[in-house]
Amino acid sequence: MASATFYTRVDDALKNKALGAAMDSATKRLVAGRQAGMAAFPEAETVRDHARAIRAHTIGQLGGYLRQFEAAVRARGGHVHWAQTAEQAVAIVADIARQHDVRRAVKSKSMVSEEIDLNAALARAGVDVLETDLGEFVVQIDKDHPSHIVAPIIHKSRHDVATSFRALGATDEDLVDVPQMTAFARRLLRAGFFKADMGISGGNFGVAETGSICICTNEGNGRLTTTVPRVHVALMGIERLVPTLSDLGVMLQLLGRSATGQKLTVYTNIITGPRRSGAHGASGGERAAAAVATDLSTDAASGAEADGPEHLHIVLVDNGRSGLLGGELAEILYCIRCGACLNVCPVYQQVGGHAYGSVYPGPVGAVLTPGLRGLSGWEELPQASSLCGACREVCPVRIDIPRMLLSLRAESTRLALTPAWVNSGLWLLGRLAERPRMFRAAQTLAARATRLVARNGWIRWLPGHLSAWTRERDFPAFASRTFMQRWERTRR
Amino acid sequence: VSQLPPGAAPAARPTRVQLLVTCLVDSLFPDVGFSVVSVLERLGIDVDVPAGQTCCGQPAFNAGSFDNARAMARHLIDVFGASDLPVVVPSGSCGDMVIHQAPALLADDPVYAERARRLAARTHEFTAFLVDVLGVRDVGAFAKDRVAYHAACHGLRGLGLDRQPRELLDAVTGIERCPLDEEETCCGFGGLFSVKMPEISGSLLSRKIASIERSGADTVVATDVSCLMHIAGGLKRRGSAIRARHLAELLDERRATSGE
Repeated sequence: MASATFYTRVDDALKNKALGAAMDSATKRLVAGRQAGMAAFPEAETVRDHARAIRAHTIGQLGGYLRQFEAAVRARGGHVHWAQTAEQAVAIVADIARQHDVRRAVKSKSMVSEEIDLNAALARAGVDVLETDLGEFVVQIDKDHPSHIVAPIIHKSRHDVATSFRALGATDEDLVDVPQMTAFARRLLRAGFFKADMGISGGNFGVAETGSICICTNEGNGRLTTTVPRVHVALMGIERLVPTLSDLGVMLQLLGRSATGQKLTVYTNIITGPRRSGAHGASGGERAAAAVATDLSTDAASGAEADGPEHLHIVLVDNGRSGLLGGELAEILYCIRCGACLNVCPVYQQVGGHAYGSVYPGPVGAVLTPGLRGLSGWEELPQASSLCGACREVCPVRIDIPRMLLSLRAESTRLALTPAWVNSGLWLLGRLAERPRMFRAAQTLAARATRLVARNGWIRWLPGHLSAWTRERDFPAFASRTFMQRWERTRR
Repeated sequence: VSQLPPGAAPAARPTRVQLLVTCLVDSLFPDVGFSVVSVLERLGIDVDVPAGQTCCGQPAFNAGSFDNARAMARHLIDVFGASDLPVVVPSGSCGDMVIHQAPALLADDPVYAERARRLAARTHEFTAFLVDVLGVRDVGAFAKDRVAYHAACHGLRGLGLDRQPRELLDAVTGIERCPLDEEETCCGFGGLFSVKMPEISGSLLSRKIASIERSGADTVVATDVSCLMHIAGGLKRRGSAIRARHLAELLDERRATSGE
């Protein structure tokens, strides 16, 4: 995948009929789900404004909230690690595995782990990693890559998955329908959970005031990953924070609804420190978020926790993010990874996630990837958009993605990453536009030229770079008399 | 004249406007410009057409060529800033450029920042001018087409024009509405995107045309000739008889026997 160019990947994707069918039905279902979820949420617009304000505030004072988060995690017996780069992040996780003599790890879904290519690094360190999110499990056995940040195998059909499962020993009976297939995967994964020494998760949100991390899943694998093995490692981008538990509540109202239309994901875990005894004794079982909030805010560090792993390590990954702070692309750090902008994007719908070539595809990826990695090598991504604005319309925190795609295009122009013919063409248009007489002369010239080759007012073939237009569509001939000419003759 | 809330009676109804005809209408589809003039005049609005107008700079802005876009925006401000009359523009893309993007691009310009804001405040997209400023929905149009409406992106999401074009269309006597199943999905034009990424753009166009064909319409209507040029070019290439027309052209259609 990495060796192919953007254009080859797009070509392959557009020719792939099965991909087109899978993308079409899945994105339609997700878009309709979001629409229904939002329609049944009368306060949606107010909550979106509130959520945006929370994200803007947090990103604006990220340093302070990170320090508060770190102190709160440590006060509850957890460890915090800082990784400036992907290399440092994987080295930290490998070190933790070594310290705790880890042979087997289970992992719940984490886009940051994809970003830093964690599985390959752990394999080199002799740790066997099992992906436990159903989609990520399929990605792992297929040696594939996720093509969506929420739905990793959106590009696959049920039959593709059946083929992969058959290779793992699934029988016809196991593959008869989706529930049977899920049950087959669950049996395999369940065994993995109980053999694992370490659980690796992502973190949808970190709560600065309590040092909690929140993990949202629909399969329950996140809960097993973070409670069964003796060591839990949570990977988070440094921008994942919210200040308080009530701010988290605002975000949770939007995450599920924006992603799939669910009011909440099926499992919403709030993890605050590892297992520990405390002054108030064990409070076994699960507590409602409200109870957690009261407990945490009134009596933070001394609270006991009967459940969970022996050790909790939180790895905060920068990997280019801090470079965006205070700049034109800082707003992309507000993202809560719901995937709504992918689902609604007509370009993503047509080409799928792999065509982007980056871990984060779609509109958010087209800003985030060049933002984190630099434009060079990723210069096509901000161009791969008609700037229709559908992403901005659905973003739960109202991120103005088109504005940032434009500023990346402007940077492309400055860095001479835009084709020369585009720049000279626009330079010429600019000079003509400032000189109405020359503009009129150019129109006359264009009318003569195009009317020479047009049939019934339409042209089937244009030369040079403009032939790209006529590969797909006809082009109209310029009018023999422009509006301005006709206006001057009749009205003045 | 400022934008009024829906349904509010205009405090001072303008009687004369400047038309920003747009370079695409001027060069490729002049009839659309005359339909705009005709609809406005029928509503008692006198139309000026400033002679020095060329291109608003949107194509350069869209491609990230901000210096060229600024130069074109400054020229536009010179041409339309000579008068304090409201500006009407039959395009959501150009409207968004004048109303939102030019003031942002020129925000640090000592001379043009303020002029850009003033021009933006008195610039109205055509359908917004009719519905929000004049308070008109029924312009007395009559047509017999089966009409599908495509919500052009920059009008819809850039200027928030969702009900204005639809209300004007609903008031046209004699037409049959054929709703598109993906009415608000982009046609794939996107300015230079269509030649820089022709495969993606073309696949979006195919999808849009399939949706238009499914609707049973004989005419597809929008408020931007850029999208219409793209859709019409695709329809021509496929040998389709479906016509692509600017909403102004439909609003300009009268009953032949109306005696006016």
